[in-house]
Amino acid sequence: MSLLAGLGFNTIVVMIGVAALGCAAGAAGTFAMLRRKALVSDAVAHGTLPGIAGAFLLAALLGRAPREAAWLMGGAAIAAILSLAAIEWLARRPRIGHDTATAAVLASGFGLGLALLSVVQTLSVGSQAGLEQLLFGSAAGMLPEEAWLMGGLAVLVLAVIGLVLKELSTVAFDPDFAATIGLPVARLDALVALLCASVVVAALPIAGFVLAVALVVIPPAAARFWSDRAGIVVVLAAAIGSASALTGAALSAILTDTPTGPAIVLVAALFFAVSMVFGRARGLLAGGVA
Amino acid sequence: MLAITPPATAAGLDDRLAVEGLSVAYRGVPALEDVTWTAPASGLTAIVGPNGAGKSTLLKAILGLVASTGRATIGGRPVAERREATAYVPQRASVDWDFPATALDVVLQGMVREAGWLRGYGRARRDRAMALLDRVGLADLAARQIGQMSGGQQQRVFLARGLARDARILFLDEPLAGVDAASERIILDVFDALDREGRLVVCVHHDLGTVAERFSDVLVLNRKVIAAGSVATAFTPEILARAYGVPLVARP
Repeated sequence: MSLLAGLGFNTIVVMIGVAALGCAAGAAGTFAMLRRKALVSDAVAHGTLPGIAGAFLLAALLGRAPREAAWLMGGAAIAAILSLAAIEWLARRPRIGHDTATAAVLASGFGLGLALLSVVQTLSVGSQAGLEQLLFGSAAGMLPEEAWLMGGLAVLVLAVIGLVLKELSTVAFDPDFAATIGLPVARLDALVALLCASVVVAALPIAGFVLAVALVVIPPAAARFWSDRAGIVVVLAAAIGSASALTGAALSAILTDTPTGPAIVLVAALFFAVSMVFGRARGLLAGGVA
Repeated sequence: MLAITPPATAAGLDDRLAVEGLSVAYRGVPALEDVTWTAPASGLTAIVGPNGAGKSTLLKAILGLVASTGRATIGGRPVAERREATAYVPQRASVDWDFPATALDVVLQGMVREAGWLRGYGRARRDRAMALLDRVGLADLAARQIGQMSGGQQQRVFLARGLARDARILFLDEPLAGVDAASERIILDVFDALDREGRLVVCVHHDLGTVAERFSDVLVLNRKVIAAGSVATAFTPEILARAYGVPLVARP
């Protein structure tokens, strides 16, 4: 806290928001990992690009200020939902696996986004600062209201996961058994996907659309090295996500010209590396990795 | 909402498991054709047949895990409406044992519905799960990560999770495949206890040599029903020759 003391109220609020987001990301990502659907979040993150670029273009056409965060974030959120729906729809077609559907949506979303971005760059609409923030991430511009919003999202995600923890664990371990006892497997899967997508969209302004997914994927993978209990892995992943986001954002604030997204991801990767070696349950030193 | 565990009672004739005209096709290739079978009210029934005969598929179709045409009912009502009467013990290889869970965690998953939404399992269910692990000889390993158990121990954890359902009908897919002798004896003892309690055990079984001594009834399957009934009437060399396409001698 002595480090934070000199930073001022707004900065501290932003740090809390970033930490809350990392916390939510780690918790939500744990079940995506256990269900072997971590890549879905990556597809959703890339899938937000056409939403962001499309919203920017639409705003420009309507003569609105395209930098408005709500405008771009709305586009990202809609695109995220559409990406999720596309993956689920494709995966249910015969002869298309879930991984193929995910990869196809990732690639086409990204492609469409790049195409729209090239259109955006031909426009001479004012500043594209808002756009750049969503592409590369920056915690610096975060408003206290946005930080509170993230705190709220984190509380919501943690509460939902805590309330259905035993159901999510049952489905993740053995979906067939879960179906035979009458658990709504598809709805619980959709719940996890929606939680992850919300976190990824919320993380866009901080980490950028390429790296936002790292907060969902890396902390659970790191946490898995420390415990053999799903509930504890969730808590550890939340803690590691929180610490990564907070440390990364602080580093990028202290070291000028360091973008927030990469800083957060590098800190998370460091947690992963340390966990892989020292993790008590499955780390290399524990002899847990076959 | 209070979850009340129904007492296990022998099914009357009106509460039987029945399959009528059930067919399953994978990508247009028939896996099961027009299977009609009424299970015994209780006891130990083996489903036998050659590889690809659709034995596992029949269990999955009855339980609604694969799409099928036809009907599977318990007491005249669709199985989907009678889930409380069923417990499924899948093949051990169907899950990833690297999952972060202990043996006790997995057994508790069998009680996830009776515990109900938005609540924990509670002390009483934990105690019951421990007792079930004890029943399959694994009380000492309750806290062990499931990946660090032998195949036979994993199979017993799966059985204990099925027992946690306190169901009248248990469906098991190859529960004795590749398990050690000690596990096999424990599993068969549990089967006998279930039989005495008036429950029905429906078990996909690959080892023809042991059917006669361990099971009371048999369903011989090769995409269609070849024969069904007591071991004495339906487990004959002639019937097996028809199912397997080659003459086989059923060892006594």
